[in-house]
Amino acid sequence: MIEVKNLEKSFGDAHILKGISTTFEKGKTSLVIGQSGSGKTVFLKCLLGLFTPESGTISYDGKIYSKLSDDEKRNLRAKMGMVFQGSALFDSMTIAENVMFPLRMFTKQTKDEMEDRVNFVLKRVNLTDAHHKMPSEASGGMQKRVAIARAIVNNPKYLFCDEPNSGLDPKTAMVIDNLIQEITDEYNIITVINSHDMNSVMEIGEKIVFLKDGLKAWEGSKENIFKTDNKVVTDFVYSSELFKKVRKMYIEENE
Amino acid sequence: MQYLHNIGTYFLMIAEMFRKPTKWSVMRTLILKDIDDLIIGSLGIVAFISFFVGGVVTIQTALNISNPLIPKYLVGFATRQSVILEFAPTFISIIMAGKVGSFITSSIGTMRVTEQIDALEVMGINALNYLVFPKFIALMLYPFVISIAMFLGVIGGMAACVYGGFSTLEDYITGVQTDFIPFHIAYAFIKTIVFAFLLATIPSYYGFYMRGGALEVGKASTSSFVWTSVMIILLNYILTQMLLS
Repeated sequence: MIEVKNLEKSFGDAHILKGISTTFEKGKTSLVIGQSGSGKTVFLKCLLGLFTPESGTISYDGKIYSKLSDDEKRNLRAKMGMVFQGSALFDSMTIAENVMFPLRMFTKQTKDEMEDRVNFVLKRVNLTDAHHKMPSEASGGMQKRVAIARAIVNNPKYLFCDEPNSGLDPKTAMVIDNLIQEITDEYNIITVINSHDMNSVMEIGEKIVFLKDGLKAWEGSKENIFKTDNKVVTDFVYSSELFKKVRKMYIEENE
Repeated sequence: MQYLHNIGTYFLMIAEMFRKPTKWSVMRTLILKDIDDLIIGSLGIVAFISFFVGGVVTIQTALNISNPLIPKYLVGFATRQSVILEFAPTFISIIMAGKVGSFITSSIGTMRVTEQIDALEVMGINALNYLVFPKFIALMLYPFVISIAMFLGVIGGMAACVYGGFSTLEDYITGVQTDFIPFHIAYAFIKTIVFAFLLATIPSYYGFYMRGGALEVGKASTSSFVWTSVMIILLNYILTQMLLS
């Protein structure tokens, strides 16, 4: 379990995170949602250890991150998989080399074993003919799938995704959502996704944390989000006519 | 105050570069790739510039010797001294600050902008060791580039001297061999090693710590070139004062 307590982070005079507390559980896909500038990416980067919070704690399975030694932090990070918003694939490597990279860095596997594992995960994300392509030759959806393959190749315990659907068409976005959900169930890992895609919220939001202006404004599941009367949440989630209708239909069906 | 902060960050970067080494099997590949990019990839332009600048030094020296009492072999002597002491180690390093330095800053800066450095850090990899250390090791072969620059500078001078009719081949070779002081070669290579260190670390600093987007990558490359050149010129003066005076 990842447990966050009173997390605060500022950049100069800008107070970005204002005492956020929440938990993320094993085997669940958790979504952190909120408007642009609400502090989602900073929150995720604090979880990853890329930013050091001013106060508050982040515990991974009971171990407080800030109290770990450098070696312990490095070992913990080796158990994290991250899918960046822009995929962050290494330009100078082919798709197969990108996926193999964590194995080369952290395991003592032979080349054949690594190739087998790369083939397995690329097949798992439905990419079988892209091994020798460079990232620049791959479409946005392919790049996201490669990033997911790279994130899971070393059997992570924690999977983090920063807006995995940004820039993708609705159908590809759904494929990516389902893939992340399946991987979370299959490997029984903790998955935290930053998103402002409402389709993702409705599809895979087993737990949803809503941030507004650096504060946790609401927390619940995709079922709760239909019923909530929290105006801040409903104004954000049901800002489009389509979702207003979806909510109305859901409430009518359940009455 | 910001300058002091930047200088402190630069030295911390150098210390961090040697910590948490990357697995040797991966590092070996990175070093070989950087040798190819930074050293082998620079040989063409260095050879071209050295040959022709050596020729120009010879022509200008010959044209400025109007006194018939000054022996003709002095053209070869002056060319050798200019090329070995200053042109090859310093002038070529300034050119390399533009070529290699911009390449290092823009490649690392682009990795920063596209979150590739974040990806390395999330994996628990020491990004400075992974990115900067191989460049530092690759540039330890920089004296090899400068040796070629010295050789081709003198050869270029010889070609210009003989084919331009400024003196005979024998006079030029006599001049090149006159009053040769081996320590001048050592002095040139000491400077070269120091400049190689600057060429690896200053552009890496500007790339690694840049913030922003594509425009900032361009700005960082420019700043990197300016400051690498400034430091090369400054240390050239200090080392010359220390080693030759």
